[in-house]
Amino acid sequence: MIEYQNIFTQVQVQGTPEMGMDDTGGRLMSERAGKPFFSTLVGWLGNAQIGPINLGMLGVVSMISGFMWFFIVGLNMLAQVGWSLPEFLRQLFWLSLEPPGPEHGLSMPPLNDGGWYIIASFFLLVAVCAWWLRTYQLAASHKMGKHVAWAFASAIWLFLVLGLFRPILMGSWSEAVPYGIFPHLDWTTAFSIRYGNLYYNPFHCLSIVFLYGSVLLFAMHGATILAVTRFGGDRELEQIVDRGTASERAALFWRWTMGFNATMEGIHRWAWWFAVLTPITGGIGILLTGTVVDNWFIWAQEHNFAPMYDGSYGYEAYGSYEAFIGKGE
Amino acid sequence: MFPKWFDKWNRDNPTNVFGPAVAISAVGGAVFVAALLVTWGQPYATESLQTGPRGTGMSVPEFKLDLAKPDPSIESFLASTSAPVVPRGGEQTAGEARENVPPGLEGLTVENYDRLLAAMRVWTGIPDLFESPDNYQTAVGHVMIGMTQNLNEEWSGHVNANKEVGVTCYTCHRGQPVPSDIWFKISPVNESVEGWSANQNRVTVQSQYTSLPSDALEKYLLDGESIKVHDLESRVAGVPGTDGYPGIQQAERTYSLMNYVANSLGVNCVFCHNSRAFYDGAQVTPQWGTEILGIEMVLELNNTYLVPLEGLLPENRLGPVYADAPKAACKTCHKGYQQPLQGTNVIGDWPELATTSGTPDYSN
Repeated sequence: MIEYQNIFTQVQVQGTPEMGMDDTGGRLMSERAGKPFFSTLVGWLGNAQIGPINLGMLGVVSMISGFMWFFIVGLNMLAQVGWSLPEFLRQLFWLSLEPPGPEHGLSMPPLNDGGWYIIASFFLLVAVCAWWLRTYQLAASHKMGKHVAWAFASAIWLFLVLGLFRPILMGSWSEAVPYGIFPHLDWTTAFSIRYGNLYYNPFHCLSIVFLYGSVLLFAMHGATILAVTRFGGDRELEQIVDRGTASERAALFWRWTMGFNATMEGIHRWAWWFAVLTPITGGIGILLTGTVVDNWFIWAQEHNFAPMYDGSYGYEAYGSYEAFIGKGE
Repeated sequence: MFPKWFDKWNRDNPTNVFGPAVAISAVGGAVFVAALLVTWGQPYATESLQTGPRGTGMSVPEFKLDLAKPDPSIESFLASTSAPVVPRGGEQTAGEARENVPPGLEGLTVENYDRLLAAMRVWTGIPDLFESPDNYQTAVGHVMIGMTQNLNEEWSGHVNANKEVGVTCYTCHRGQPVPSDIWFKISPVNESVEGWSANQNRVTVQSQYTSLPSDALEKYLLDGESIKVHDLESRVAGVPGTDGYPGIQQAERTYSLMNYVANSLGVNCVFCHNSRAFYDGAQVTPQWGTEILGIEMVLELNNTYLVPLEGLLPENRLGPVYADAPKAACKTCHKGYQQPLQGTNVIGDWPELATTSGTPDYSN
C-alpha cells in the first residue's frame, strides 16, 4: 500500500549507460557530449542516468545567447546598486532591467534608459528561438512527431506577444515586461489595473480555464495510471493498441464516476490541447489589451458579461468604525 | 545493555514500529492542536468591517486581538488635554501679559494661552517651545500653528468627515519634536540609469518596501500629478506616454501610492474602491471621497506649509539626498489607523486651534 503513496519512482535501473540510437549515420553520435553517469538521487525522480547531452549547433547558439541575456540583466542590476555585491544579494528580488520609458516609443533608447533592455531582449529572442529549432530538429532526428516543438511554440507565442508583438502594436517598447523577480509581478498587476481589470477579458478567462484544466487533467491522468500500474497500465503505448484490463478498469472507473471517459490515447490529446491552449488564449487576450480594448470592465458591461448591481448600492450596509473598534454602537 | 531475554524477544518478534509511531504522532499531534484550539480559542480570529454590497467581498478584516487594543496614544493625549476656560470678558490677553506669543494667539485670555502653551510643549516634546524668539523651533512653530488652524477650519471635509475630531499638534507629533512617518525626496534610487529605470525596484520606505516606484509620494502629494490611469471607455486609441495615454509605469506609480495609503490607514483596497472596477466613481465607497479630499489636503500641507520650512530648519532636520524639508502624507497623522487616534475628538478642548480668526469660539 505504502508504495502507492509515494512521489518517488519505485524502480531504478542502473547499469551500462545507454548511449541511444543514431539514425543519421553518426552525426547525432558525434554531437553527443559528456560522459554519462548514474545518480540514485535523480533516479528517485526520473531516469537515473545523466547524460550524454546532444547540444548541437543550435543548442550552443541558444546557450551562448541565453547567457548573454542573463549576464546583461545581472550586470545591469549590479550597476544599479553601485557594483555592491551585498546590496545586489540583498535587493536581488527587487532589482530589475526595465524596458525603455514611454517617451522613447519604438526607437532605440539610450543604453541606461532601456537600451540594455532592448539588447538583452534580442539575445533572449535568439536563445528561445534557437532552443525551439533544436526541439524541432531533435524530434526530426528521432523521426518523432513535432508535438513537443508545437507545444513549446505556443508558449513562445505568449512570450512574443508580451515582448514583441504587443509593444510594436502599441507603438512603444515601454509596454514590455521588465526582467526582475518582483518587478515582473508589478508589471502584471499594473497591466490588469491599467486596462480596467483583466479578469473581465474573456481570453484571460479561457486561459485560466485551460491552466487549471491542465492541472486537473494531469492529476486525474497521473493518478489513474498509477492506480492501474499493477495491471500493466503504465505500459500506456501497448494499452492504446491492445486494450487490457488496466485500460478497461481505468475507463470503467471514470465512466461510472462521471458518465464519460477518455481513452488511453485520447487522454494525451486532452492534456496536450489544454496545455497548449493556455498560452494561446492568454496571448490573444494580452494582444487585444490596449490595442482593441482599453478597459475590460467597461467592455464586459457593454457586452453583458459583467453584472451591474441592482438598485441601491447598499451604503446602509456599511459597518461603523466605532462598532468595529468596540467603541459605541 | 538490555537483558538477554529482552534482546531475544525482540529478535523473535520483529515489528515495524515506525509506521505506528508516525501514525500515533500524527494523530496525537492533531488531537493536541485541536485541544489547544478548543480550550484557548482561535488565536488569529478576525472581525470584518463591511464596506460594500453583501456578497461582493467588500470588507476590511482585522485581527480581533488588534481591535481589542485601543491606540495607546489616546491615553497619552487624554492626559495632556484640559477643558477650556470660557472667558467672561475683560480678562487680560496673552498679548499683553506674555512675551513671544505666536501671531494669531495674542487675543487669547492668559489662562487659555498658558493652558495651550503647556499642552503644545507636551504634544511636541519641546519643553521650552516659544521661549526664545531666536530659536528656529519658534519660527517653525508659528507656521505649524497656522497650519493646524487652517486644517481644522478649511479641511473639515476630510478631518471631520465622520464627526468632530479635529487635529492638534499631537495628531502628528505624539510627543516627539519631529513627527514619525514623515518623508523626503529620494528618487532616483538606482545608479547608472535614467528615467523609469531609476525611480523604482529598490527597498525603500517610500515604496513601502515593494519594488514599485519610490517617487509616488513626491509626484502625487507634492507635484500634484494625476493619479488616474484608467480609460473611461472600452476603447481609447493612443500611444503610451503621449497625449495623456498612461503607460504601465504610471499604473505602477499609482499602485505604489495606493499601497502607501492602505498601509497608512491599516486598510485594504476595498476600504475605498470596489476592486472589480477601481476607477469607477459609481462603485467606490464613501471613504473614497474623503480620501480624495485628503490628497488635496496633503498637497496644500506640503506646498504651503512644509516645503517653505526648508529655509527655517537646520541642516540635520533636512532630507538625506536633496536636503529638502520633511513632508507629510497619510501616515504622518493616521499612524496605521483608519482614523487618527481611532477617531478621538482632540479639538473639542482646543477652540484656539480650530480657527484662524484669532477669536476662538468657546460656546461649545
